[in-house]
Amino acid sequence: MNKTVNHKAWFLVLPVLVLVAFSAVIPLMTVVNYSVQDTFGNNQFFWAGLEWFDEMLHSDRMWNALGRQLMFSGIILAIEVPLGIFVALNMPKSGFWASFCLVLMSLPLLIPWNVVGTIWQVFGRVDIGLLGRTLENLGIDYNYTQSPLAAWITIVVMDVWHWTSLVALLAYAGLKSIPDAYYQAAKIDQASRWKVFRYIELPKMAGVLMIAILLRFMDSFMIYTEPFVVTGGGPGNATTLLSIDLVKMALGQFDLGPAAAFSIMYFLVILLISWVFYTVMTNLDKKGM
Amino acid sequence: MAKITLDNLAHSYLPHPRGEEDFALKQMTHDWDDGGAYALLGSSGCGKSTLLNIISGLLIPSQGRVLFDGQDVTHAPTAERNIAQVFQFPVVYDTMTVRDNLAFPLRNRGRDEAYVAERVQEIARMIGMEDQLRRKCSGLTADAKQKISLGRGMVRKDVNALLFDEPLTVIDPHMKWELRTQLKKLHHDFGHTMIYVTHDQTEALTFADKVVVMYDGRVVQIGTPEELFERPEHTFVGYFIGSPGMNVIPAKVEGNRAYINGSDFDLGAGYRAMDGKVEIGVRPEFARLSATEGLPVKLRRVEDAGRHKIIRAEFFGHDINIVAHEDESIGPDMTRVRFDPAHVNVYRDDWRVAPEGEAA
Repeated sequence: MNKTVNHKAWFLVLPVLVLVAFSAVIPLMTVVNYSVQDTFGNNQFFWAGLEWFDEMLHSDRMWNALGRQLMFSGIILAIEVPLGIFVALNMPKSGFWASFCLVLMSLPLLIPWNVVGTIWQVFGRVDIGLLGRTLENLGIDYNYTQSPLAAWITIVVMDVWHWTSLVALLAYAGLKSIPDAYYQAAKIDQASRWKVFRYIELPKMAGVLMIAILLRFMDSFMIYTEPFVVTGGGPGNATTLLSIDLVKMALGQFDLGPAAAFSIMYFLVILLISWVFYTVMTNLDKKGM
Repeated sequence: MAKITLDNLAHSYLPHPRGEEDFALKQMTHDWDDGGAYALLGSSGCGKSTLLNIISGLLIPSQGRVLFDGQDVTHAPTAERNIAQVFQFPVVYDTMTVRDNLAFPLRNRGRDEAYVAERVQEIARMIGMEDQLRRKCSGLTADAKQKISLGRGMVRKDVNALLFDEPLTVIDPHMKWELRTQLKKLHHDFGHTMIYVTHDQTEALTFADKVVVMYDGRVVQIGTPEELFERPEHTFVGYFIGSPGMNVIPAKVEGNRAYINGSDFDLGAGYRAMDGKVEIGVRPEFARLSATEGLPVKLRRVEDAGRHKIIRAEFFGHDINIVAHEDESIGPDMTRVRFDPAHVNVYRDDWRVAPEGEAA
């Protein structure tokens, strides 16, 4: 077949280009612009080269925030993924209760971040919060405004409460796509419950689980609102995750240059980790083929 | 290996079936001989898969019992029945190698590795996948996967029965013949009781010693391929088996003569007087065009099927098919059809009526 060459067709992609330019490229470029300049006010800017990047790379503050961030993402993934799978495996497969569970599971996902933060902030308060009061009456020393451990437990439990449903729903969708014949064949082959999970359910869920892990990783790596509302990054800097630190730097201290350099590196780190993760997972998938 | 007995078996998918029409499987009592090769034949939704799942224990029947060698297994779980089943769509464990797949049922039963290796080799040779044992199963073609499922079903020597639920649906036509031959050979060598569900009559007739024809949740006939061809017990059997199926025409039967639209012909045997819906059934192979005798028909077209011709004709609004030899000449004056009296069956309310003198 002969292909018609018509360069006017490029105009068809123009609307998308314009849209992407205004929504992503131009804002990103202003950040790039700030990251290579310095200012002393009066809207006067001076070329600073890679100075801010250099400073940020040697800043303990940023490395500490990154460490806390990685720990946070690691912990919530280690809890939410197995827990989500466990919940999905135990959800009813059909009937009224299946729909009921689905609605119940979706509820936390529908609550805005800010509200989730507020709920847990109040819930955990030792003076008026149900959780805080109960723990105190049980004789457990819990105060997220004073103890870093309590603060960490609070934000981790909050994230698990908010997002395990997502993993569970995705895993549930993966489980539902397994034809009955697989379970029947496993029965005939006398496979144990563990083997059914290991050789039938897990391989069939692998694809959606990869998406779940990727989504949860990216989302938790960028988390801001919820821990900010609950702990504000405290006590001290104990729960100052990357975004919180970035906002402090950019809007609190108005250090636009370092903050811009920080943002760009932050963005690149997320991009890099997601890319490595995706490549590893798809290669594992291919090796299986 | 076991004799399978279905005792007053019936099944409904509804929790409280009201009448007979609520049953996917109507009440039946049958014996399936030890070591027999059976084909369960019927169109989709006739209950054949339901019956198979009851035998394998994936489904508990609403009533009646299933016995293996006289022992009641109606409520026994699948694993205890020691049966193997191959499903319509290939079920393989994707993350395992071909070897591990074949070994899976044996390893789960704790057989020692030397025995497992030996059996896996043997089965791999049978399904022609010896050189692919180390491969991962994902990415194999559908027919390779189905061969693995077949292999997994056959790897255990001591099974009570091997059940096949339309296993060759996804397989290429030329592979179908090969696998079917292998299954037959396997049956011959090991003598397992085999039950093969299919809606393909060729598959059923070539595979099985005995074909069980099901229609609307009922077993309408169990017989050898010849019996099904010569003496269909139900008009459905006549229609379903044969290509084209049996001609069924409403008639009035008196003694040994049938009257249809003012014509009459010899039935070859005498019948008692009957009420209800009376029909005669003649296979196209036993109908012959003639210029002088028989029923007047309107010829519509002649199809050449290579080895024979199929003549489509009409007789007072009823379609009649006639199979003629390839070298038989068909002239425009041949507007009558004659039935071979020895091969005319009489049906009352769809069930065959035995002529007087024949043991029912």
